[in-house]
Amino acid sequence: MRRHRVSLWTGAVIVGFTALVAIFAPLLTPHDPFAQNLSQRFLPPVWLPGGSAAHLLGTDQIGRDYLSRLILGARISMMIGTTTILMAGTIGTTLGILGGYFGGPVDRVVMFVVSCRLAIPLILVALTVVALIGSSLAVVMLTLGLLLWERFAVVSRATTRQVCGLDYVAAAWAAGCSRSWIILREVLPNIIHHLIVIATIDMAIAILLEAALSFLGLGVPPPLPSWGLMIAEAKDYMFFKPWVIEIPGLALLVLVLGINLLGDGLRDALGAQADR
Amino acid sequence: MTAVLEIEDLSVNFGTLAAVRGISLTVQRGETHCLVGESGCGKSVSALSVMGLLPRDARADAARIMFADTDLFRLSERRLARLRGDRMAMIFQEPMTSLNPAYTIGSQMTEVLRRHRGTSRGEAATRAAAMLERVGVSAPEMRLGQFPHQLSGGLRQRVMIAMALLCEPELLIADEPTTALDVTVQAQILRLLARLQRELGLAVLLITHDLGIVARTAHRVSVMYAGEIVEQATVAELFAAPTHPYTRGLLASIPVPRKVRRGERLGSIPGVVPAIDRTFVGCAFRDRCARATDSCAALVPLREMSDEHHYRCRLDPAWSEPA
Amino acid sequence: MIGYLLRSLLLALLVCLTVLVISFTLSHVGGNLAINLAGPDASAESIAKLQHELGLDRPLPVQFLDWADRAAHGDLGDSFLFHEKVSHLIATHMPITFTLGIVAIAIALAVALPLGILAALHEGDGVDIAIGLVALAGQALPSFWLGLMLIIWFGVDLGWLPISGVDDWTGYILPAFVLAFVAIPAVLRLTRSGMVDAIRSDYVRTARAKGLSRASIVLKHAFRNAAMPVVAVAAVQLGFILGGSVVVEVVFNIRGVGYLGWESIQKGDFPVVQAVVLLFAVIFVVLTMLADLLGAALDPRLRAR
Repeated sequence: MRRHRVSLWTGAVIVGFTALVAIFAPLLTPHDPFAQNLSQRFLPPVWLPGGSAAHLLGTDQIGRDYLSRLILGARISMMIGTTTILMAGTIGTTLGILGGYFGGPVDRVVMFVVSCRLAIPLILVALTVVALIGSSLAVVMLTLGLLLWERFAVVSRATTRQVCGLDYVAAAWAAGCSRSWIILREVLPNIIHHLIVIATIDMAIAILLEAALSFLGLGVPPPLPSWGLMIAEAKDYMFFKPWVIEIPGLALLVLVLGINLLGDGLRDALGAQADR
Repeated sequence: MTAVLEIEDLSVNFGTLAAVRGISLTVQRGETHCLVGESGCGKSVSALSVMGLLPRDARADAARIMFADTDLFRLSERRLARLRGDRMAMIFQEPMTSLNPAYTIGSQMTEVLRRHRGTSRGEAATRAAAMLERVGVSAPEMRLGQFPHQLSGGLRQRVMIAMALLCEPELLIADEPTTALDVTVQAQILRLLARLQRELGLAVLLITHDLGIVARTAHRVSVMYAGEIVEQATVAELFAAPTHPYTRGLLASIPVPRKVRRGERLGSIPGVVPAIDRTFVGCAFRDRCARATDSCAALVPLREMSDEHHYRCRLDPAWSEPA
Repeated sequence: MIGYLLRSLLLALLVCLTVLVISFTLSHVGGNLAINLAGPDASAESIAKLQHELGLDRPLPVQFLDWADRAAHGDLGDSFLFHEKVSHLIATHMPITFTLGIVAIAIALAVALPLGILAALHEGDGVDIAIGLVALAGQALPSFWLGLMLIIWFGVDLGWLPISGVDDWTGYILPAFVLAFVAIPAVLRLTRSGMVDAIRSDYVRTARAKGLSRASIVLKHAFRNAAMPVVAVAAVQLGFILGGSVVVEVVFNIRGVGYLGWESIQKGDFPVVQAVVLLFAVIFVVLTMLADLLGAALDPRLRAR
């Protein structure tokens, strides 16, 4: 179990650190992330020749400080991640509990809805929605939150069914407790640890999906420094100055890896056998 | 006469847990040696050790495990695998799960012959069908094409036995072969094993917790408790003159029709089999023994009643229950 | 058995229909196609005229039924942009995406199956942990970034592989590899857990007791049983790969259906978008059914049912 505690703590540190950066972003950025300085374009990071300490990670194609944009980008990613899991979590868990608790025709409807959701090609539909409504941070958050609920639904349905088969639920029902009371006080607390693990998986997916959408031009709009967008903007220069795509890419990789490690560690710590 | 199997001082540990603590026994040609004891006493682990089938976290140690002239304990895994299924075979307790559900009976049987004897597919199938017939499986050719889930438990166990005997081994280890079967089927399987033993001159090490089976099939018996053999004798001697308090307790708890009177208490041994730590010293039975004293916490001597009858206890052979 | 198949088929059709309605609604509700097409300088009259020509002024359900009727006869409409039949567009772009998907799943299986088996054989020790970390890292990689990095390393620095398009078979290697990463973590994890269970099973113990070779025990006995759910999952993962092919096709400039979809979304060519979404939904549903059938075919215990 030592190994899983390592996952848990490494993941927690990475996610916690990023969360702090996200929260305190405006205080941490050494420069204004939006300030252009055309005379200082493409400064390399401080460890390469030509770099300066004024811009630790260099500047981008219109002279904006890379480190500041990276920090603000962390805030964007974290916001996307948390709003998605809150929205998708609510939708998915409600559907799942309803299906798992009531069974029968209600359950069949829930399963059908989940099947439809799974059949939808996620990226294409998300791109379409953003193209139709117009790209903004809010639109992206809403779209992802309304689309990424299927894992929550599947897992909460399965665990609700399990829990409902147990004696203390039957006992509560026999004692005259109302349905909503049973759901809130008996079912929910017992599936929460599975949901927490799913939440980490979903958060990682949401962050990667937003990065992909922004990369394709239909996600978070410029000049906001979404890491995916930063990679897209730098794409034309990547052969000569690879760091412009290496850095935000690594940031994404590390954050998502951290979230996954956290999820893995939580899963083993909480003893949940969640579906991945 | 050299024994087919001779285990000398075998111990098996799982971490700090001592599952088997220095057992020794021999099995002769044409003989059935029963290893009997309650669940958790280490008898299955002992059997697995002989075949080299222990799980990864087990640590085995033995002076020797002689199979004919080979010391199995010192053999490499590759060499041991050559012997398994060929000159020594094992059958297990759960016929329902011991066969691979994805392959036909025929495929699973013929692969033994093709592996160890290099037999062709056709010849192997013929021999497999012949062996199935020998163990009393009807319509053997049809069975070869069937899958395990299509057979009953009793049939599957017969298939397991046939599979084990395909290469005409010298030693058969049977780990509770009838425990998972119906009582009537149990009797059939035991009779089958006895017949095959006579026909093939097999040495059989039979693991069981059922003294009834011991009475029916064994030539010699080793009674195992908490990783140790506490009494070892011929079957006649064991039932006639059980000496170790545990053996006596076991025999006393069997209700014998017409001997036990109405209203009389059935014998039972209070307590449960303990899990023994590696560093344990003394008699493991002392917490449940009515005759235990302080000296039982020290090393217990191995005492002989006769040439073939040993037991591990400080008590005299002639001891009896207090009035 | 037949009853089960029919019911699955019916459900599958319903799912496709639902997705179709959703994508139809999406493309006809948001934004006005006629405005996009007419251009920024068009007068209100010419827009209205265009709308009428395209039948966009009719109520939505009517438009849908009309579309559905034509679709049933194989006519998926006309692309505004390309002035071609949509069905023709899809037919020409589909083979590329499909090939990409198949190669990707083949790579994924070729990587994930051996690694999963290896991890199970070394359960709990260093090799297992290392493989687990690799799988985790693979899951965390943004696919478009991986694509770009691979283009830099293999396409430019080493010059081994083409960086754009699929002029010959070498053009499929990098994008298929990137797509494979989508499926590798799930397949690897399932293989590993299936193998761990199989290795601990009674029938593997029997196989060992029979003295069979290690290869035979691991591959013939253990893997055959562990593979049953894996094949089914692989089919579903292919569905996910195809649905997510957009990103990789854009990065590598490959003109497949994903790329077509992206272009059409950007330019507002909604008949194409609708057809592409429906296509991927149908493929996914078909693959899911295939996965069920494969699972049943591989398990003799299920075949009787």
